Amino acid sequence: MPSPTDRRYTKEHEWVRVEDDLGTIGITDYAQDQLGDIVYLELPSPGTQVKQLDKLGEIESVKAVSDLYSPVSGELVEVNQEVNDRPELVNQSPYEEGWLVRVRLADPAEVDKLLSAEQYDELIAQAQET
Amino acid sequence: MTFPYISNTAADRRAMLAAIGVASAEELFVDIPSEFRIAELDLPAALSEPELVRELTALAERNRPVDSMPCFLGGGAYRHFIPSVVGEVIGRSEYATAYTPYQAEISQGTLQTAFEFQSMVCELTAMDVANAGMYDGASALAEACLMAAGVTGRRRIALLSTVHPHCQAVVRTYAFGRDLAVDVVAPDGLALSEEHACLAVQQPDFFGHLLPEVEALARAVHEAGALFIVSVDPISLGLFRPPGEYGADVVVGDGQSLGSPLDFGGPYLGLFACRQQYLRQMPGRIVGRTSDAQGRTGYVLTLQTREQHIRRERATSNICTSQQLVALAATVYLAAMGKEGLRQVAELCYHKAHYAARRIAQLPGYSLAFDGLFFKEFVVRCPRPPSEVNRALLERGIVGGLDVSQYVENGLLLCVTEMNSREEIDRLVDSLAEIGGSE
Amino acid sequence: MSNGPRQPDIGARLTFDLSKPGRTACSLPPCDVPAAELPSPQLLRGELNLPELSQVDLVRYFLALSRLNYSVDTGFYPLGSCTMKYNPKVHEELACLPGFTRLHPLQPLETVQGALALMYDLQRWLAEITGLDAVSLAPAAGAQGELTGILMIKAYLADRGEEGRRRVLVPDSAHGTNPATAAMGGFEVVTVASDNQGNTDMQALASALDDGVAALMLTLPNTLGLFEPNIGRIAEMLHRKGALLYGDGANVNALLGRARFGDMGFDIVHLNMHKTFSTPHGGGGPGSGPLVVKGHLAPYLPTPVVGEDGDHFVLATPERSIGRVGLFYGHFGVLVRAYAYLRTLGVEGLRQVSENAVINANYVLARLRQAYHLPYDRRCMHEVVFSGSRQRAKGVRTWDIAKRLIDYGFHPPTVYFPLIVDEALMIEPTETESKEALDAFCDALLTIAREAEEEPQVVKEAPHTAPIGRLDEATAARRPVLRWRREAGNES
Repeated sequence: MPSPTDRRYTKEHEWVRVEDDLGTIGITDYAQDQLGDIVYLELPSPGTQVKQLDKLGEIESVKAVSDLYSPVSGELVEVNQEVNDRPELVNQSPYEEGWLVRVRLADPAEVDKLLSAEQYDELIAQAQET
Repeated sequence: MTFPYISNTAADRRAMLAAIGVASAEELFVDIPSEFRIAELDLPAALSEPELVRELTALAERNRPVDSMPCFLGGGAYRHFIPSVVGEVIGRSEYATAYTPYQAEISQGTLQTAFEFQSMVCELTAMDVANAGMYDGASALAEACLMAAGVTGRRRIALLSTVHPHCQAVVRTYAFGRDLAVDVVAPDGLALSEEHACLAVQQPDFFGHLLPEVEALARAVHEAGALFIVSVDPISLGLFRPPGEYGADVVVGDGQSLGSPLDFGGPYLGLFACRQQYLRQMPGRIVGRTSDAQGRTGYVLTLQTREQHIRRERATSNICTSQQLVALAATVYLAAMGKEGLRQVAELCYHKAHYAARRIAQLPGYSLAFDGLFFKEFVVRCPRPPSEVNRALLERGIVGGLDVSQYVENGLLLCVTEMNSREEIDRLVDSLAEIGGSE
Repeated sequence: MSNGPRQPDIGARLTFDLSKPGRTACSLPPCDVPAAELPSPQLLRGELNLPELSQVDLVRYFLALSRLNYSVDTGFYPLGSCTMKYNPKVHEELACLPGFTRLHPLQPLETVQGALALMYDLQRWLAEITGLDAVSLAPAAGAQGELTGILMIKAYLADRGEEGRRRVLVPDSAHGTNPATAAMGGFEVVTVASDNQGNTDMQALASALDDGVAALMLTLPNTLGLFEPNIGRIAEMLHRKGALLYGDGANVNALLGRARFGDMGFDIVHLNMHKTFSTPHGGGGPGSGPLVVKGHLAPYLPTPVVGEDGDHFVLATPERSIGRVGLFYGHFGVLVRAYAYLRTLGVEGLRQVSENAVINANYVLARLRQAYHLPYDRRCMHEVVFSGSRQRAKGVRTWDIAKRLIDYGFHPPTVYFPLIVDEALMIEPTETESKEALDAFCDALLTIAREAEEEPQVVKEAPHTAPIGRLDEATAARRPVLRWRREAGNES
């Protein structure tokens, strides 16, 4: 299934969907499939300043830990409490209910540096070939 | 020579080498550069089983086991009663020769008993969670201090001076690794700064005494933003209030007293329990309860992402193999003693130690070094150097106490447990009287 | 799952659930001294919630659980880098002699000369076997041996004014304890790539090696079961740059009586008594991880070491000792078994161990190579690493193959390690397994390979015949239940 076109992507398999100056961030379907059952998320608290492609937090599955990178710079304003209590939401609905954090964008133009849905789909197609 | 632990015969080897496609076993070692190959070692010749038994029995006989005499030695290793069921259970090779339970479906014996162990440690210490065990009480304390440093982001560790000197030493060794400073503080005049990650205390302390005002101490530590770590004697928790009730954030200790022999110092057992909020920073293995697809209850290693095999350099600790069989011994011990038994053991230690202390304090030349509440150990000031007293006791067929004269002038740390009969105690007192009376 | 009689849910009833007030499994004598005054009630504990069981119930419970365990005495463990060899029973008898178990570590040294003699001789023999000079028996396990070694390196370098060496190199195939240990030593970990032969990539090593490197931690043979042919050059490179070579001795089973770490240029090596030296694994310990070092590092060993003073044995503190790593002297009870093992083998026995260990692993390689992908197509030493990549193409993963082996009566091999092999399956037979046992094991794996082609579902849903099915590890991690609680069954 092609990745949703209403958002942009990082090479590390995060997505960001921008509405006005607010970016909602999550991980892609490919990422959740690779990770397996997600059991725990370590995310920063609201008020934290984040920078594009800096480490945002960690995602744990039963047998692995993965670093999470921020697609955008700005102030983290909201954390999805639902996924804290039920990490399986990220597996079940990575693009909707499984969103992770919201960031108030410092520089909306930054988003242009990220991959489009088509570019991201190419990236994972290549990864799956090797 | 044929060895009982190698199954292959020469015929087997020939068949296997043929299947591999080589003429001799030597060809399988070609990757070892010739300049490093050796064929000889200066080791004693191989022994058959009867010869081995003879040799080691002779070695064992060159030692004097403490049961051969009344013994009043403590100081971190204790002579407590080991019920026969403990040896019966840990002697089962299904427990003793099993691997670490990474494959849960065929390791439920190890996993369920580890869950039992965790539960019992939590009950004993009144803490929220416990791991499946660490190497010993000293390294458990060290790991607790490292955890506190990680949690608070601070770089100084405070230890009360009455923590066992060996434990203090181990904390220093581990602190050296992470470039943390260790401050040893006296019980009076305690002042924690905001650089301190924790204060660790021992309860009862090295000299056998319980700290007065622990709640106030816990409050002061928390006000400084640090963690309160308490290292306990688990037997004492059969009688005394557990640290979970007076503000401990982490409880550690050594479980040798719970069903393991003295064994000349090891293997022992590190206990580690903490508050729920520190669960993900806790080192060591943790077993959790879950179920299979059929709804049957089972146990698995869980929260493994804290550990070295997954998180590698970011692991909570490098610990891998720990002390599972010793933890099993402790589990069987606690289940065998039960709530009444453990309390009885603790009370016996308490009453016998106090009887001994009272009688010794009445001897001319002897006095108790400290006031205050003690459990099963106490320090006596002797009329002569403790090394002389101990030598004289040994001549009378008694193992004395621990010479602590470097901390207390002519100080002798005596330990009395449920294993010391009244006759033995009276004999000790009479001997001390004689020794004190002579020039 | 199983077609037998319906099994009771044994996991749901712990000792706490079987408990009944008034029962006990043990008896204690009454107090024979006048009772002292107890402290005030607020210092005493109120509730002590431990189970109360009669002895027969207790014994039945723990024995029933033991029957759910797989063990070396039950069957073969092909676990790579674990060396799950047979645990000799005479060692159990000897380690339990009262002349060993009933020794207090602090009793007068003249009363424990037999124990000290045992430790002294073991120190000597471990040095002889590894070709190094001085030994500490103190570390409680391999990981603690690693930590001790890393701290000694840190102290040694500090004494030479070389605190600037803040990096430790670790191969990409290294066991997780290596980087975890380096981090506990305050070092930054730098990973060095392996080449396509499975050896350390010499160019990668050369570019990583600068004056900021304290040490390289190398397992030999490595975790692919391969011997590093360039080991001499590697040691030279490191020493020329002022760095040290640390040896992870987990795999020394392949080298016993044939090659020595000291000769190859290693400075510090730890050994695992519970692997190479036959002491039982205990379900996760106790083990023992002695450290053997070159002479220039001897002053830094942890305290105490066993020394000789004329005609008796003493405990000594090395002059620049890094201090204590444990409460007392190490796992004496485990060391007795290792001592007995070495007395049983002698050098001839050690050479038979390494020979048979390496023959067994190469035999497994030969039998399985048609069915499973062999990422490094060369002779292995005491262990061989396959990849389940061929089976992955059919949707069957190494995890499934491992679980299906349980149905054939075998413990799975090490899986997904080392990290540099995709869908890794690491097999170490050890020398104590017979050709028949290995044939049965290989037959099972060949059958599973066929099942992966023809009926993959049976593999993917395995195990079918274990005491319990695949357990829900995700829920165990998401909503951890880590202790028994009174409201059993629905606590959290």
